[in-house]
Amino acid sequence: MAESKNSRIFTHLESLRKFWKAYKRSRTGLIGAGILAAFIAMALLAPYLAPYSPSRIFLTEELQPPSWKHLFGTNESGQDLFSQVIYGSQASLIVGFAASLIASSIGTVLGITAGYFSRIVRNLILRVTDFFIVIPSLVLMIVLASVLGPTLSSVILAIGLVGWTGTARVVMAQTLSVKELPFIEASKSAGAGNSYVLRNHILPNVMPVVFAQTVLVIANAILYEAVLTFLGLGNPSQITWGQILEFAFNSGAITTAWWYVLPPGLSIMLVVLGFSLTGYSLDEIFNPRVRKI
Amino acid sequence: MENLEAQFGLNQPLWVQYIIYLKNTVTGNFGISYQTRTPVGDMVFPALMNTLILLLPATAISIAVGIGIGMIAAWRRGTKEEVAMSGTTLVLYCMPTFWLGLLLLVMGVLYLGLPVGGMFTISFGPENAFARFSDLLQHMALPLATLVLGLVGQYVLVMKGSLLDVLTEDYMVTARAKGIRRRKLMWDHGFRNAVLPMVTLMALNIGLSFGGAIQTETIFSWPGIGLLTYRAILSRDYPALQGAFLVIAVAVILANLIADLLYPFLDPRVVA
Repeated sequence: MAESKNSRIFTHLESLRKFWKAYKRSRTGLIGAGILAAFIAMALLAPYLAPYSPSRIFLTEELQPPSWKHLFGTNESGQDLFSQVIYGSQASLIVGFAASLIASSIGTVLGITAGYFSRIVRNLILRVTDFFIVIPSLVLMIVLASVLGPTLSSVILAIGLVGWTGTARVVMAQTLSVKELPFIEASKSAGAGNSYVLRNHILPNVMPVVFAQTVLVIANAILYEAVLTFLGLGNPSQITWGQILEFAFNSGAITTAWWYVLPPGLSIMLVVLGFSLTGYSLDEIFNPRVRKI
Repeated sequence: MENLEAQFGLNQPLWVQYIIYLKNTVTGNFGISYQTRTPVGDMVFPALMNTLILLLPATAISIAVGIGIGMIAAWRRGTKEEVAMSGTTLVLYCMPTFWLGLLLLVMGVLYLGLPVGGMFTISFGPENAFARFSDLLQHMALPLATLVLGLVGQYVLVMKGSLLDVLTEDYMVTARAKGIRRRKLMWDHGFRNAVLPMVTLMALNIGLSFGGAIQTETIFSWPGIGLLTYRAILSRDYPALQGAFLVIAVAVILANLIADLLYPFLDPRVVA
């Protein structure tokens, strides 16, 4: 028993090593992973990296340009923008991961169901998916978030409940091709039921594609978080990059204070770039149909 | 307070409100805005027109530019120019549109002296059609640039990918073997086949461009459906938000329908 467990761990390590070997070859993938590592470290170490509390107000130091005391300057209420940008990474990553977890779960379940079961089920799910693809995502998210109220979790829910269509489509395609493979037929003729086949054969073969897709969904989720918060649908006391930009825009400081606008926007762009590059590289390894673009 | 509730029908049970809403919407009554106290229908349709004035040129320009850059990038694959083009495209794609708008707003206002927002400065009479038009163009420049830069990335990526696919097809090899010139090969054999997926993308992107329009109009106070949505969010004006949502949804669905109907004409292999 113990031996089989050991050998299983060994095969896992072996496949991980193989994966790393393939991933290493993609230079853009490595750049993406590097950017991600930097921002995840920034979010985790925020209390140690930020020189001040992000909400601390420096009286008489409103809208100061960058200096050694305030690396990114201060905002219109005299708060340190460097600290705010560092703490903002936490909310962005939390929203990104949580929303894409919701979206990927919905997408995977619907995709597998649509791919595995009868044509009627598939068409039904496809029509629902079409609806979500055609209706502008941002508009749907705005309506959801404004009904749910201005909190971080309603932003997460709004993004997660709308952003699953890509995953559903990819997973369905993958399920359709996997379920025709001979070993599934063999397993079925040996008496395996649907739930056994789904859990032990379909799901493991679909998971790599889901993983790559999830990383791409995170990139979109972070972009949408910024947009929704900027449009006033976030919690104003929660510091996120979108929220900083909302304050910058509505305080009218944008034309004078470039230091207020550039760092949060560049951070959003870099994180999204990191997730996109990583996602594309994973997709290239895991999804056989993807060619290099 | 009770009076107000009765005026907006909020004292009825939810399902009655819903049925009243359905009945009113079907008969063209979109309700009264909480904020401006005017019928939502009267606000929504002029706003949609203003959005289309911005969105249609933006879409046309970004498709043309996207196809052009995508073709060059595919043709020069692996060269320095291609890497630079693809890199720029990717960076643009990763930027939030509203942030791009903020940057352009700051630069346009400070260095180019363009107007800060809105559609017109002063109302010119009908005899001043030219002045009015040039005023509109000045107001349009920055929001248009924002939308184009926000939309163009996808078109470049898809055009490039699609053309790369086509270039490796057997009929391209045959055509090359027959000694057809590069330029002719590119246009007659490559472009025509590669451009087909763009039509599908255009249809799908109509929804996306409305998302871009909401952000752009907010930044530049362009009096379209996006600004209306933004103001409705800020004042929790649900009838206006519903109206805007409905109008955008219907516009997008109609556009998709048109694209679906056009497709068989462009690609005879697809049967309607």
